[in-house]
Amino acid sequence: MADFGGTDLDAFRADTRAWLEANYPKSLNAPMGEDEAPWGGRKMVWKNPDAKLWLDRMAERGWTAPMWPKEYGGGGLSKAQNKVLEQELRRLKARPALMSFGVWMLGPVLLEYATEEQKQRFLPAIVRGETRWCQGYSEPGAGSDLASLQTKCEDKGDHYLINGQKVWTSYADQADWIFCLVRTDTSKKHEGISFVLFDMTSPGVEARPIKLISGSSPFCETFFDNVKVPKEQLVGKLNGGWDIAKRLLQYERQNISASGFGGGGGLSVVEAAKKELGVDSEGRIADGDFRARLAAHSMDAHAFMLTVRRAEAESKQGSGPSAAVSIIKYAAAKMNQERTELLVEALGLQGLGWSGEDFSAEELAAPRAMLRAKGNSIEGGTSEVNLNVVAKRVLGLLDHQ
Amino acid sequence: MAVLTEEQTMLRDTAKGWASESAPVGALRKLRDSKSKQTFDPAAWAEMGQMGWAGVIVPEAYDGSAFGYLGLGLILEETGRTLAASPLLSTAMIAASALQLGGSDAQKQAWLPKIATGEAVATLAIDEGAHHAPARTALSATQSGAGYVLNGTKTLVLDGEAADLLIVAARTSGQPGDTAGLTLFLVAGDAAGVTRSHLSLIDSRGAAKIVFDGVEVGADAVLGEVDKGWAILEPTLDRAYAGLAAEMLGSASAAFDITLDYLKTRTQFGQVIGTFQALQHRAAKWFTDLETTRSCVEAALEALDAGADSRALASLAKAKASELVHLASNEMVQMHGGIGMTDAHDAGLYMKRARVTEALFGGASFHRDRYARLMGF
Repeated sequence: MADFGGTDLDAFRADTRAWLEANYPKSLNAPMGEDEAPWGGRKMVWKNPDAKLWLDRMAERGWTAPMWPKEYGGGGLSKAQNKVLEQELRRLKARPALMSFGVWMLGPVLLEYATEEQKQRFLPAIVRGETRWCQGYSEPGAGSDLASLQTKCEDKGDHYLINGQKVWTSYADQADWIFCLVRTDTSKKHEGISFVLFDMTSPGVEARPIKLISGSSPFCETFFDNVKVPKEQLVGKLNGGWDIAKRLLQYERQNISASGFGGGGGLSVVEAAKKELGVDSEGRIADGDFRARLAAHSMDAHAFMLTVRRAEAESKQGSGPSAAVSIIKYAAAKMNQERTELLVEALGLQGLGWSGEDFSAEELAAPRAMLRAKGNSIEGGTSEVNLNVVAKRVLGLLDHQ
Repeated sequence: MAVLTEEQTMLRDTAKGWASESAPVGALRKLRDSKSKQTFDPAAWAEMGQMGWAGVIVPEAYDGSAFGYLGLGLILEETGRTLAASPLLSTAMIAASALQLGGSDAQKQAWLPKIATGEAVATLAIDEGAHHAPARTALSATQSGAGYVLNGTKTLVLDGEAADLLIVAARTSGQPGDTAGLTLFLVAGDAAGVTRSHLSLIDSRGAAKIVFDGVEVGADAVLGEVDKGWAILEPTLDRAYAGLAAEMLGSASAAFDITLDYLKTRTQFGQVIGTFQALQHRAAKWFTDLETTRSCVEAALEALDAGADSRALASLAKAKASELVHLASNEMVQMHGGIGMTDAHDAGLYMKRARVTEALFGGASFHRDRYARLMGF
């Protein structure tokens, strides 16, 4: 990668700023509703056509995947340039052009493990937001112990035949394609797993949304009944899928840590507490006990944010992954659960509404966010598994015999 | 660990080597068993002075190395690991900060070079009651001719008995509780009317109680402006909070390392106890707190170096460090079992130092309250 000196970067910044200002649609300055998240794909309904325009403009420059190579549709930017782009997007308070498991999780492993043909076939469609991907990992009998998965994949000569069931498949009902872990050898555990890609419209695929306690259905049960998959859709080696699966989980956790479970959204706990609990003559939250707990939480959240930043700085320095990274997913789940609980508590009755005119939309979102956040310490590896990983990999403590 | 420059890495490695060679935990034990009332070993402090550590934040014009707060924090962390008793915090961090923030040229010239070379011990005399409450300062300074007369008592003064220079927070107007009306004075440690006594504390280092009985000082003893001492005191205390937090981070890290080693070697039920998940999860949570506290301590020190508003970060660092050493010292004893309860083991020394540093310059609740105020709630 070229070393972009100050002047080159300054020029890049000026060009980027000018282009963004000319091309970011003004109608997107309004807050983004939950139903407007730009996931792309064949089933996407664009509520605001400008959001689609924004995606197309960004995709044309490869800036939906800014650091991927240009030959696969990416932006070909250096780390330094990408940072400038991110800064300029933040400066504009721009909505994301594309939210995509393809960009965040699948793309990076395809770049690492896929054949040239596979890269050409799948990556540009991810960049353009044409294909929405879902992740077929967990099964009813394989949660924390993911490698015990049983979805069967048989070699039928000119194709593979897949039978089995996945669960907790995020947005499987909305996705076009799935990247899926399957068992290709029953005599071994980790070494009998393969990584395959297939179309969700293939005969025999069925996705049923699961309704959660929060009322939303972001996950599905996904069933495979004699699904035929062309052999060129195997990624990496047969029975070599576990390495790819783990690599992809690293990208997933990195992404979770970067977004911190999106903890910033919704009402401010401080404002809600001041309004519903009142303030004293010095402007402090009148309920001293609540104020103390909120202060403790705010400080933990601040400490967490500083840790994410430190982990990024240390890994950019290139001395291998920072030890701080290992604790981020665990801490992020805890932070988001605490924050959403405090908001519900501060709102009192106004934080307990399920529907109706007596509550604002933001108030109604608060208990649902609290309920949804309970999954943060389960999905993508439970907090208990996170702690096992820290104990074993970072602290060097051994397994119980 | 923050992204360090080559010089910072060298400084840290030197400090690490020196602390384990020349000031191991055993040195504190020896200091305690000698029953001396010294809060540090003068020979070790002389070595630190020779290495330039007392002048890390002092400008080159005053014989320091201008190496910054993060640099001094690295040394404090390493010496904190072995509970090394020294005036590094009182003198090199806090007094040197106050003089730089508020000193006239003459005052800086008189004291900073002596501090930077380790020749003088200097300290801030702030607390008066059982809890850190800087705005509640009541020790009075009344005008008398061209100068002032000081009356009152200070407590928990770090290295106060050995100090050549006391930087005394006094009230020149207003009421205890007001931040306005405070003035800082430079008072010689052996000035007439100053009576110093030793407070024997559980950490085997102790501190001084100092009575000021009609202590007369000239107008040139005022550090900064009369009645406007808060403008110097508050940023000085931020440096105290951040520096002490760095020391505490070091102590907690060492407690963790010692305990982790024990988990990997102690055998019960035919296996090392570190294989038990109940202990693994507690160790992993402890590690999480170490990592997040490190981020806060380093961020506070870096903000001080950058000249940014460091108030919230300094309180964040001190509060998190207080919670951390509390957890660390308790877990250290519990995970060691019976041996951790014995005087012969170092766990007790870590716990006793932990409790003193938790309270020193404000406990977690003081800093949570301050943080909340700064954040507007």
